[in-house]
Amino acid sequence: MSHIGALFIIIISMVLVDNYPLAQFLGICPFLGVSKDLGSAKGMGIAVTFVMTLATAVTWPIQKLILDPLNIGYLQTVVFILIIAALVQFVEMFMKKSMPSLYKSLGIFLPLITTNCAVLGVCISVIDDGLNFVDSLFTAFGAGLGFWFALFIMAGVRSKLEDQSRIPEPFRGVPIVLITAAILSLAFMGFSGMFQ
Amino acid sequence: MNGIIIATFFVLLTGLLAGVLLSAASKIFYVKEDQLFLDLREKLPGANCGGCGYAGCDDYAHAIAEDKTVPCNKCSVGGPAVAKELAGILGTEAEEAERRVSVVACDGRKENVGKLYEYEGIQSCKAAKTLYGGSFTCPYGCMGLGDCVSVCEFDAIHVENGVAVVDRDKCTACGKCVSVCPNHLISLTSGKSLVNVLCSNKDFGKDASSVCKVSCIGCGICEKTCKFDAIHVVDNVAVIDYDKCVSCGACAIKCPRHCIINRRVKATASL
Repeated sequence: MSHIGALFIIIISMVLVDNYPLAQFLGICPFLGVSKDLGSAKGMGIAVTFVMTLATAVTWPIQKLILDPLNIGYLQTVVFILIIAALVQFVEMFMKKSMPSLYKSLGIFLPLITTNCAVLGVCISVIDDGLNFVDSLFTAFGAGLGFWFALFIMAGVRSKLEDQSRIPEPFRGVPIVLITAAILSLAFMGFSGMFQ
Repeated sequence: MNGIIIATFFVLLTGLLAGVLLSAASKIFYVKEDQLFLDLREKLPGANCGGCGYAGCDDYAHAIAEDKTVPCNKCSVGGPAVAKELAGILGTEAEEAERRVSVVACDGRKENVGKLYEYEGIQSCKAAKTLYGGSFTCPYGCMGLGDCVSVCEFDAIHVENGVAVVDRDKCTACGKCVSVCPNHLISLTSGKSLVNVLCSNKDFGKDASSVCKVSCIGCGICEKTCKFDAIHVVDNVAVIDYDKCVSCGACAIKCPRHCIINRRVKATASL
């Protein structure tokens, strides 16, 4: 039971404390790019959560069973990028054939995150932290949920900012989005130290 | 030396495996594309600009292949030529895309609006806007320095008597003036709608009326006059719902501030 509790804490801490875009500043590009409306934020959030979990499930064994015994751990980044890119393409083809409805709802978001740094980041950080396989999977899943959560908040705020005529001229467009992201990030700093 | 061989070999092997896996997968999971989709997709320009409202050309081609009610004239890159080809494949008539024109929502001509100061800087609205929101008393209105004029490639917008005016015959609704106007006064509306509100002042009644003779004060008389529920006061400005508006012009007659124009009766007027 206590182990299940620990896994639950991993997820909560990845969503709130170590939130990827807002606290660790990974995956900023899609965070700012795909947060214009709630619909695409949802698609992107689901796709990232899915790919993060899947990528970690594949890269963790490769690191432990192949890279570490061969003493070529330094190839981690290169090999992981290759594997994640191939994996996402493969999953896309598989889904197109077997799960057309899911393929349709994820649409363009799946290929978009092939080389997302948050996906690579979670794969590398679970190994750096020395987590075991199950903890790694939950960390990746939590990181995806956190990304989704941040994206969702951001999209909500940005849909309120749509009418820009009340925003001072120099802040319209990208500047106000960056300021919004900064304030959100500050707000998430309030969660730090929640579980230590 | 041994390390570099293992490393090179391993990365090559990974790449090779990934390649083999993907090419095998593309055979195993091959999905036969609808021939109609392929034909339609071939005619689209492939710019993937998203201008049609779909996520790229593939998505749009799928949409028209699957749903016959989706109009085939949405591609703004290809224009009418592509719409015609798509319609030819579908065996339907290409509907003429609804003609749209830009409308400048301000009538702040020199006799209507006061001046805060004489502006002598760079002749650009954007520059003037940075000095106390422009040289006119109304901070929402047209500054008449012609950022829209210089951006228009079709010679369809000109500053007349201090206000930008669209030449509705020449306007192609490209939307460049819409995005360049620092006060967001210009919008694209249907070419059929002949009644427009020519004010964007979002201040309350007294503040709005003190800065300009023809400002909308948000009194709501137009709202009560309209039989079609087509005009509403939003943020202290009357806004016309062009889906409902039939251009009857009743609101233009009743407006105490004369900020609604009916082009049907005032076809010769300057705006």
